[in-house]
Amino acid sequence: MGSVVPLSVLALWEILSRIGLLSEDGFSRPTAFLAAGAKALADGTLLEQTAQTFSAAAQALLMSSILGIGIGAILGLFRPLERAAQLTVDALRPIPSVALIPLSLLIFGFSRNMSAAVAAFACFWPILIVTTSAVRGIDPRLTEVGRMLGFSLLHRILKLALPAAIPGIMVGIRVAAGIAIVVTVTTEIVSNPRGLGHGMNLAAQSLQADLMWATLLWVGVVGWLVNWGLERLERRWLYLR
Amino acid sequence: MKKFFWPLASLAFFAATLIAWKLAADARLINPLWFPGPDRAFAKLWEWIATGALWEPLGKTVWRMFAGWLAACVVGVALGAAIASSSITRKLFQPSAEFLRPLPASAVLPPAILILGLSDAMIVFVVAFGCVWPILLGAIHGFRALDPRLLEVSKLLNFSSRARVLKFQLPSALPDIFAGMRVSIAIALIVTVASEMLSSQPGVGYLMLVAARAFRSADIFAGIIVLGFLGFATNALLHKLEDRLLRWRVP
Repeated sequence: MGSVVPLSVLALWEILSRIGLLSEDGFSRPTAFLAAGAKALADGTLLEQTAQTFSAAAQALLMSSILGIGIGAILGLFRPLERAAQLTVDALRPIPSVALIPLSLLIFGFSRNMSAAVAAFACFWPILIVTTSAVRGIDPRLTEVGRMLGFSLLHRILKLALPAAIPGIMVGIRVAAGIAIVVTVTTEIVSNPRGLGHGMNLAAQSLQADLMWATLLWVGVVGWLVNWGLERLERRWLYLR
Repeated sequence: MKKFFWPLASLAFFAATLIAWKLAADARLINPLWFPGPDRAFAKLWEWIATGALWEPLGKTVWRMFAGWLAACVVGVALGAAIASSSITRKLFQPSAEFLRPLPASAVLPPAILILGLSDAMIVFVVAFGCVWPILLGAIHGFRALDPRLLEVSKLLNFSSRARVLKFQLPSALPDIFAGMRVSIAIALIVTVASEMLSSQPGVGYLMLVAARAFRSADIFAGIIVLGFLGFATNALLHKLEDRLLRWRVP
């Protein structure tokens, strides 16, 4: 039943553009852009752009996970440090990720690293916050056991704190994965000539409205699929526990 | 003494971060062409404030951000109330909203530019589009979550449907709506800045992109500080508003 609305929107769109109420230059029409999308899928351009976007997003997720889990574990284990760092975290976190695009562009030039660095900044915060609170919330008896056994700090983090905190951290990583794709596409649209974002820009600038709408639709489908897949994965994983 | 310990510790940590930034810049760990020290960044910010060069772009950015966000609030709450009112409309519209929510708001920039041109209206539209989904989904959830006993009370008291919505449903949906509004104001800032960068419309985002092209890194950092402060201030404002409007809520 949920498909009634999108299908009728597409049908109305098709009719309006056929009778000339919607300009073909900007709106294209559903049959035209579905055909353009099928062609771009078949000749591999869409898939290549998707791979570029995904590799940048994956790199961002990896970098932010390492930093976020590492720093989050330390802050979660040492409450005084966490309280002292709170102000600094609160001052840095509201910086909108796109504000870093000019800086990242200057440092990395047009490259995968440029998109990944900006996206990693955005992904870092949810992972940091979730890890800190997950590590803080682990059973104090577990920490005591670690102290009694004379474990080193690294040992305590790797052997005790992180395994106990993993369910919480997984939630943060799932949220961050969605953010990674959104921010990566944004950097590509704003300035980085690679990936799906740039594909849309290029199509728009060369007045191929059909290809532009096809890419937009593809971005929506891919984003939705990733979200859906991550939710499934998380549910299955929590179920296994 | 005890009262001041944690604020002082927080300030000390913050100062240590700034000093580390300064030392890293002075040691030229990273090319100074890209990485000015905090002294240069704040000096540039002060210059912007003293000469007044900051106010016009900042005013434009703030205006676009709030115009788009407010439009999204109005549309989101109204649509949310309508969609939540019956199970048929919910089944019809909710899947579409869920599908559009993860779509990057910036992805509608190319079609918006093609159709609306490089204009303020285009940016406000894109900001509103990006902001509407969290508010809409929050409103649908909030309007649905009314305690069934309150619904019975409203029937017993012979409330008109308007009175029911205003007296019972809206107050009970407000916490969910506010949660969406808070997510959205952060989106509004991001989309505004991204739009300014792409469409070269005067504003803080465009200011920074121009600075990057001219390798004026102090300007970039001053811009980052301004945008960070803007994000912090809007979030704090919304928290204040939420506390005030939802004071009746049992904590």
